[in-house]
Amino acid sequence: MAAIELRNIVKVFSDKRRSRDLLTLDNINLDIEANDFVCLLGPSGCGKSTLLNIIAGFEQATSGRTLVDGKQVERPGSDRGVVFQQPTLMPWLTAIDNIAFHLKLKGVARAERYDRAMEFIDLVGLRGFEHHHPSEMSGGMNQRVGIARALLMNPSVILMDEPFAALDAQTKLEMQEELVAIWQKRRCTIVFVTHSVDEALVLGNKIVVMTRRPGRIREAVNFDLPRPRDITSPEFNDAKRHILALIREESTRLAQAS
Amino acid sequence: MTSVTDVSPARPAFRLTRAFHGLERLVVPALLIVGWEAFARSGMLPPALLPAPSAVLHALGDWVFGFDETTQTYSGHWLRDALASALRVFGGFALASLLGILAGVAIGWSRLFEKTLEPTLQMLRPIPPVSWIPLAIIWFGIADKPAIFLVFLGAFFPVLMNSIHGVKTVDHNLVRAGAMMGANGRQMLTDIVLPAALPSIFAGLRIAVGSAWMLTVTAEMVAVKSGLGYVLWDSYYFLRYDIVLAAMISIGLLGYLSDLGLKAIMARTLRWQQTTTVQGRAG
Ligand SMILES: Nc1ncnc2c1ncn2[C@@H]1O[C@H](COP(=O)(O)OP(=O)(O)O)[C@@H](O)[C@H]1O
Ligand SMILES: [Mg+2]
Repeated sequence: MAAIELRNIVKVFSDKRRSRDLLTLDNINLDIEANDFVCLLGPSGCGKSTLLNIIAGFEQATSGRTLVDGKQVERPGSDRGVVFQQPTLMPWLTAIDNIAFHLKLKGVARAERYDRAMEFIDLVGLRGFEHHHPSEMSGGMNQRVGIARALLMNPSVILMDEPFAALDAQTKLEMQEELVAIWQKRRCTIVFVTHSVDEALVLGNKIVVMTRRPGRIREAVNFDLPRPRDITSPEFNDAKRHILALIREESTRLAQAS
Repeated sequence: MTSVTDVSPARPAFRLTRAFHGLERLVVPALLIVGWEAFARSGMLPPALLPAPSAVLHALGDWVFGFDETTQTYSGHWLRDALASALRVFGGFALASLLGILAGVAIGWSRLFEKTLEPTLQMLRPIPPVSWIPLAIIWFGIADKPAIFLVFLGAFFPVLMNSIHGVKTVDHNLVRAGAMMGANGRQMLTDIVLPAALPSIFAGLRIAVGSAWMLTVTAEMVAVKSGLGYVLWDSYYFLRYDIVLAAMISIGLLGYLSDLGLKAIMARTLRWQQTTTVQGRAG
């Protein structure tokens, strides 16, 4: 049994102002195995966030079934950790309180909360900043808190929606390396949304290429290049060429159609 | 002047300019008071119509400390009068805050309350609180109650409106994050929506405390026989404009102090906001 099973997912948004329906996801079928690092790759507006939100339980598919660990997804829950594009931390809580928020909701005593959260503070390299508020930290540090917060729940899957898109290039590279290290160390299932081919190739061991509107799965590419990945190696470039070809084929098809 | 290489005398000079910066803001009020004093003493107007600042200060001093009974029956009774007003402000404000926050959060959070409660409240809102005075007197008589009722009316709506706004504009993604971490309905309200709405709620409380003082004084001029507003209006009948001005100063001062107190509580509660937004304005 796969960790995540998507069966014939269709999502239609109704555009009320123009009174017409917008087909956003068209019959998505996808299996994601446990401990996979899957990158959902596609141009902006193709429905990557929508698909992720359906897995997270934030949105309901118009039709189709979403199963996580064999259970139908009906609402958000702590079995699926989400890392948002913006850090989306509680601004009134310090880093450690944000990370331990899930435990607070469960009624765990403060001493134990802090004890358990410290492990994740260390994991994301934020020791010394545990009592800082989000407004006192950089975007990269806040995003680390967001990742730690999701990891602490020990979810079966972690869903990430372009979490590094707003970071500068240097910080982005650091965070990508750290995320891979965390994934290798903790063995979790990650679904990572991105519109960057390079990011997908640096991170994923499975790259799911989506088509422009309506969102369909063009191809799911397995990519088991050993890590740390050398982005100048011939294997890396071969894979990149293949994926770019898929995307280009898609845009010429669109250009011919119009 | 100090030379560039001479470092040590530069510091006192720097401190002097700093001290002058503090004084700058006093220049205009000082000129106004001196001009007013000179004009009042010139005899162009009878002193009873335009009391000099010194006379106002004298009246205020006697009202507070009772040294020569220039304020007659009020002499030495300032604390009693100020306390009477302050208690009405506090009573009406506390009630308005409690109910305003409760109703505002309920309306902002739940469609049901929004549909049932909000239209009625929004229809009552445009009625100026002072126009309730006749009804307030008929219902509550001449005492503390009509004043507290009016203060409540004046303070309730700013708290209500800002609480509704605060809850409605909570970042949608914070609610999603809370659901993702397993918050139930009650926790969503107490642990996410309420803290997120606090800055807006506090903004409402600060407007409300200003309205509260305004309406206390109004009520005391009409419907109550004690407090700073009553002294102000009573002195007007006896042509004691020095006491009228002393009362105005007292009301201004207490209103200012109430806001300062509220601002201090707000700065403590909202310490998590960027320091520039909380303390920057305080400076
Ligand atoms: N709540 C919504 N209501 C209507 N249309 C939406 C909504 N959310 C997304 N869409 C539309 O669905 C499409 C896909 O959006 P999204 O999933 O955010 O794309 P991506 O994350 O790939 O950039 C877009 O055309 C967007 O306008
Ligand atoms: Mg998106």
